[in-house]
Amino acid sequence: MQMNDFVVRFAGEGGQGVVTSAEGLAQASTQVGYHALTYATFPSQILGGPTWTQARIRTEPVLSSGDEIDVLVAFNEEAYETHAEDVREGGVIIYNADDFTMTDPRSFGLAVDTLARSTGNNRAANMVVIGALAQLVHMPQQYLEDFVEARFRRGRDNDDEIISSNIEAMKLGRQNAAESGFVLGDLAPPNPPDYQQMMLKGNEAISLGAVHAGLKFYAGYPISPATTILLWMERNLVGENKFAYQVSSEIEAITAILGAGFAGKKSMTATAGPGISLMSEGLGLAWMAEIPLVVVDVQRGGPATGLPTKTEQSDLMGCMYPAHGDVRMPIIAPGSVEECLVAGAHAINWAERYQGPVILMSEMSMAERVQNIPRPDLTKIPVEERLTYEGANGYHRYSGSELSPMPLPGGPGAYVANGSEHDEMGDTPPLPSRHIQMTERRFSKLKLLEEDKYEADNTDARVAIMTWGGSKGPAQEAYDQLREQGVDVGWYFSMFLNPLPPRLLEELRSKELVIVPELNYQGQWAGILRSEGVKAQAITQYTGLPFKVSDLVSRVTEIVSEHTEAARV
Amino acid sequence: MSKKNPEYDFKWCPGCGDFGVRRALEFAMINRLEETGLPIENNVVVAGIGCSGNLVHLLEGEQPYGIHGIHGRTLPVAMGIKMARPELNVVVVAGDGDFLSIGGEHIAPQAARNVNLTAVIMDNGVYGLTKGQSSPTTEMGAITSSTPFGKIEEDLDPLELYLTLGVSYIASGFSGQPRVLAKLINEGMNHDGMAMIHIQSPCVTYNDTFQLIKGNAREGIAPALWDIPEDHDPSDKRAAEELVRQGGLPVGVIYKDESRQSLDGNMNIIRSKARERSMDQLMDAYTF
Repeated sequence: MQMNDFVVRFAGEGGQGVVTSAEGLAQASTQVGYHALTYATFPSQILGGPTWTQARIRTEPVLSSGDEIDVLVAFNEEAYETHAEDVREGGVIIYNADDFTMTDPRSFGLAVDTLARSTGNNRAANMVVIGALAQLVHMPQQYLEDFVEARFRRGRDNDDEIISSNIEAMKLGRQNAAESGFVLGDLAPPNPPDYQQMMLKGNEAISLGAVHAGLKFYAGYPISPATTILLWMERNLVGENKFAYQVSSEIEAITAILGAGFAGKKSMTATAGPGISLMSEGLGLAWMAEIPLVVVDVQRGGPATGLPTKTEQSDLMGCMYPAHGDVRMPIIAPGSVEECLVAGAHAINWAERYQGPVILMSEMSMAERVQNIPRPDLTKIPVEERLTYEGANGYHRYSGSELSPMPLPGGPGAYVANGSEHDEMGDTPPLPSRHIQMTERRFSKLKLLEEDKYEADNTDARVAIMTWGGSKGPAQEAYDQLREQGVDVGWYFSMFLNPLPPRLLEELRSKELVIVPELNYQGQWAGILRSEGVKAQAITQYTGLPFKVSDLVSRVTEIVSEHTEAARV
Repeated sequence: MSKKNPEYDFKWCPGCGDFGVRRALEFAMINRLEETGLPIENNVVVAGIGCSGNLVHLLEGEQPYGIHGIHGRTLPVAMGIKMARPELNVVVVAGDGDFLSIGGEHIAPQAARNVNLTAVIMDNGVYGLTKGQSSPTTEMGAITSSTPFGKIEEDLDPLELYLTLGVSYIASGFSGQPRVLAKLINEGMNHDGMAMIHIQSPCVTYNDTFQLIKGNAREGIAPALWDIPEDHDPSDKRAAEELVRQGGLPVGVIYKDESRQSLDGNMNIIRSKARERSMDQLMDAYTF
């Protein structure tokens, strides 16, 4: 049987190689031209704890982590018990025979550590697993050997030894799987893309995008699942006039980047829900005093400490309206790892363009997943600079009712960046007319962020799907299936949520119904769309996990048929 | 109404200590201009919220840059400015409520980093702008609008706190002596590290301590104010601790540690250790 799609879930205890096995399989596959995506979930503890990672390998680009599992690799008994029911009919379970035994007819044992040790390389357990998996779908041995060569050839004296022991481990895994008699089919040969590719995680993509746009100062505080951005910046945002720094709290992070933004540097921090809550007053100050900065919110489940290592899209209201008073933050919410890179650059550009705070919303499932993407042509992602004041002293920084050039400390045009309502000089007056003028000025600047680009498909349909952020992948896959089934539904997507591209808003308003899949209880985006005059209805989920494509297909189908029914009556 | 802006209507009470501190900061910025030739725009004044924070709008003469932000966060804002633009002279102005109560959590990390900034704290032992509530430096037992039956917390000694937290320059003074204060502020600006100038700046409306500070011979009140003797060695931490324990209001430099590297210097050490990579090289690390 020919297979175009191969989904493997690795489950066990943290530290058993669950993540390295999945990422190894994904890397080996992309190396030879397949597409891959991994989805990871971790326990919130340093060592151990139940953890699992899913890798999906396809001949075509991967949009979601896959609903049904072809193979479960259970590193311990608890993992087997938790995940066995998700294995599809005809699927296979590989269990770690070094840890436990069992009699499930769908399973065979693999003594991963013993086999690895027999090669003289204790660290090759994940290669034993990858070899066995390759055998189940008849992936040629050469593919694996090319991967091992590429991964371990680093110019060390013992490279040959390491490479041969890893290959040996793969062969042992392969041999054991062959002896088990299980076969899933033949994975179709890859269609290697004719473009250059990158393999990376969402948080790495955001970091690269921001640095491309000229990020100069980063301050952050550790918090899952945003910490990896801080660590990336500490290593890579170095050099003359650049710095990344761990500060003492999220309050320090937001106020420090505010200071740097005021001083003229492109500045950013990244955090998760609890940090957004602590940053709310600082975000209000940046809005009020018109200071450019970027906050990345890598969402996790909330409220309070919530679900630190699970995915959710429940911060949208909190990010759009984080502060007291009249504010509405610009929001960019990328829908894939590829879009994370573009969004990182856009967020910096937006902050400079309208001189204020911008929030980039990602989420745990994108932050931690590894995915192959086309390497973007950076010359096509523009870099924008702030409009700065270069005249003489005596300038009024807040003059007028629209954006005005911003003076930089050290140069002419000294003023007070004021978090109290202010007059044109930045002083605090008692006059209502100033509050009216400045409020309108701050909101008028949002117009500068209105973009014209968005995704649209089957725009004649009276009902459309419009998801947001990281639910894009599963929703897109569901949309493709719905269209194949003949369901008349349209598709819209924009990573720019505030402001929405005006033409897109007009189109959405013209629909009889807009269906909004989103990972929260209240249907936050649907609610905001309704306040904008769109007839929106949410499909919600609050499990801490991404949507399953099959769930979306059936729920959209149901809503569409109810709607058609109602329209007929 | 300020001299430069007729629309601005904030006023300190007549006789407020903060007038003297404003004069002192104006003197210090002019001295710095004369010493370094750097324009007044090279100074950034980061103001807290409260009566004292309004100093940033009331400065006369050539104007520095300023941020009048949110309550309690002067220090991390100042740190961000300094890290982004080390060539700027960054000054914090705040009161005891802003700096020691809501903002207290930021003193220890900034002291540990030895951020190269100068903090001018106007301590009046009360929340003035909100009309007379108790602050960390209000005396225990004091009756205020928020402690109608007496304050039940020990009053904080800020000078001991700064010493304990490792602030590398600590001076103390009185708002009634702007020329003396200006010198202490200038020395703080020239100090390569975190400088605290803690000033008793009485609130004439809610906590008028002028007489206690200056003394009144006719009423038999001895002055709390005393000059730090010339033989005090500010580099001696033990001597500084003993000096602070003597109480009253010492005027002068209490402690000065010039052996430590400031954050500016430590940032450069990091830069010398890390390898800078081009955008292409960063992208290449993920490309296959």
